[in-house]
Amino acid sequence: MRPMRLPLAWSSALLSVALFVLLVGIWQMLTLPKPSKPPPGVSAEYAALMGHGAAKSDGFPTPAQVASTFIRELRHPFYDHGPNDKGIGLQLAYSLARVGAGFGLAVLVALPLGFVIGMFPLLRRALDPFIQVLKPISPLAWMPIALYTLKNADVSGVFVIFICSIWPMLVNTAFGVASVRRDWLNVARTLEVGAFKRAFQVILPAAAPTILTGMRISMGIAWLVIVAAEMLVGGTGIGYFVWNEWNNLALPSVIFAIVLIGLVGMLLDLLFARLLRLVTYAE
Amino acid sequence: MTQHFLRVEALSKSYPGSDGTPGPAVFDDVHFTIDRGEFVVIIGHSGCGKTTILNVLAGLEQADGGHVFMDGREVGGPSLERGVVFQGHALMPWRTVLGNVAFAVGSRWPQWSREQIRAHSLKFLEMVGLAAAAGKKPHQLSGGMKQRVGIARAFAISPKMLLLDEPFGALDALSRGTIQDELLAIVHATQQTVFMITHDVDEAILLADRILLMSNGPHAKIAEMVEVTMSRSRTRETLHHDPQYYRIRNHLVDFLMRRAQTHPPSISGYDAHHIPLVRPGLDAQASPEMLLHAVSLAPQQRLVQPRQNQQACAA
Repeated sequence: MRPMRLPLAWSSALLSVALFVLLVGIWQMLTLPKPSKPPPGVSAEYAALMGHGAAKSDGFPTPAQVASTFIRELRHPFYDHGPNDKGIGLQLAYSLARVGAGFGLAVLVALPLGFVIGMFPLLRRALDPFIQVLKPISPLAWMPIALYTLKNADVSGVFVIFICSIWPMLVNTAFGVASVRRDWLNVARTLEVGAFKRAFQVILPAAAPTILTGMRISMGIAWLVIVAAEMLVGGTGIGYFVWNEWNNLALPSVIFAIVLIGLVGMLLDLLFARLLRLVTYAE
Repeated sequence: MTQHFLRVEALSKSYPGSDGTPGPAVFDDVHFTIDRGEFVVIIGHSGCGKTTILNVLAGLEQADGGHVFMDGREVGGPSLERGVVFQGHALMPWRTVLGNVAFAVGSRWPQWSREQIRAHSLKFLEMVGLAAAAGKKPHQLSGGMKQRVGIARAFAISPKMLLLDEPFGALDALSRGTIQDELLAIVHATQQTVFMITHDVDEAILLADRILLMSNGPHAKIAEMVEVTMSRSRTRETLHHDPQYYRIRNHLVDFLMRRAQTHPPSISGYDAHHIPLVRPGLDAQASPEMLLHAVSLAPQQRLVQPRQNQQACAA
């Protein structure tokens, strides 16, 4: 008799759940209250009176505490009780709005500029040193300059997202446009296709997979950077939420926020993976 | 002098070497003409500049010297009047088969409605037997089918001249044969003027009215022209029953194997402006002496004349 085989999707899901349970189990074990030893040279009675010897937690939240935070926070995600007490949904919305604005501006700049750079080798060579130097700069390093010149914390946050998401898009767009197959361009030339139609109906679809890959990388970086940026800028957003809860020493809330940052990041990546699949062509 | 449809005069081209200075000319002093409705095939070894010549005719590349005139006007750049079928089919993979043809049709007649473009494109896809695959993407097609789409696309814009750059080079023998037949039928039906590159001697004999033989580069030239004297109604099936076929074939193979490396100007009486035209198919005896009437060769060249082809006929 053949052994019964589960489909791969099922067995992998099962394994994931098992791993999750295992990790939570380890977490639970590590955060169990531990009986503390009485200091040496003190009578047991005195030690008991002083609270030594009783089971004591080291303060790191247990899975149960974090779970209750999840439930409490997710029950009212959009409440707004003043500047330091907003629902997680609101905070995420602020962060997503900043990322959206910065990323959108970067698209508006990087796509046309990358297109032009890709079309003209001269321009590519001329701009290459600038791109190579500017690209590795941590976006947060721009923060002081942004704050000084823009004089607005909120706009500075958007600027930081803009500056960090522009590079992968710019580089990928230029590369995608530059490496459009010669044959397709020749087809367009023999058909006397105008510049506008050539750009939008030949070069853009040909380079779209590369361009969208750049956008996907940019979005990933933007979501990484927004947390740090909001910790610096303060006021609103998921990064500020984490920092605020740290100041409150509310570690369950910090863990809750961390998990949500991960989930939202995953969703954003999935969105771009979908878009990428739409424009990808098989040769 | 009669006005030829296409006239190529003193064409030459060189590519820069690794140090940036112009290298030796790949080909120079290339002259030939093509008449309306004629199917001209060019053969020669790799590197003699066939594709460059085709690209110059298409307007995709600039020659260093010389001129190309089509229909009385000089060719200065790519034009809808010359349809090109590319070596690697060059279909846009993000478009459907119909979309690829429609892109060309829409470029040719921008004022047409969507429906008109669609109908016209479908007509040409039908012509190459691919109407059923209209909604497919190129990657779902076999190599032969892709090339047929390329041919449909080129014909669909009704160019004055069709340029084919070794269109069947990447195909297996079976689909190659089928498409050759289809191409032949379409060309005869449309009276299309065609210039084509091939490496396949049989393909050249089947399709061409006239075959240009190119010597090896550098400084490649058209060494001679072979007129295919067989009936224009020849097909792949009847081809090898015709004794002319073997004579022409032997002549071509002999050129490629032996004479292509000879630099034409070293042959006495060679004139790049008046390329010798030979008709090996009509040479019943096909003896070297007979051929000499057609091609005047230097004495040392006589040793490498086409061999007797009787044994080939018997085979």
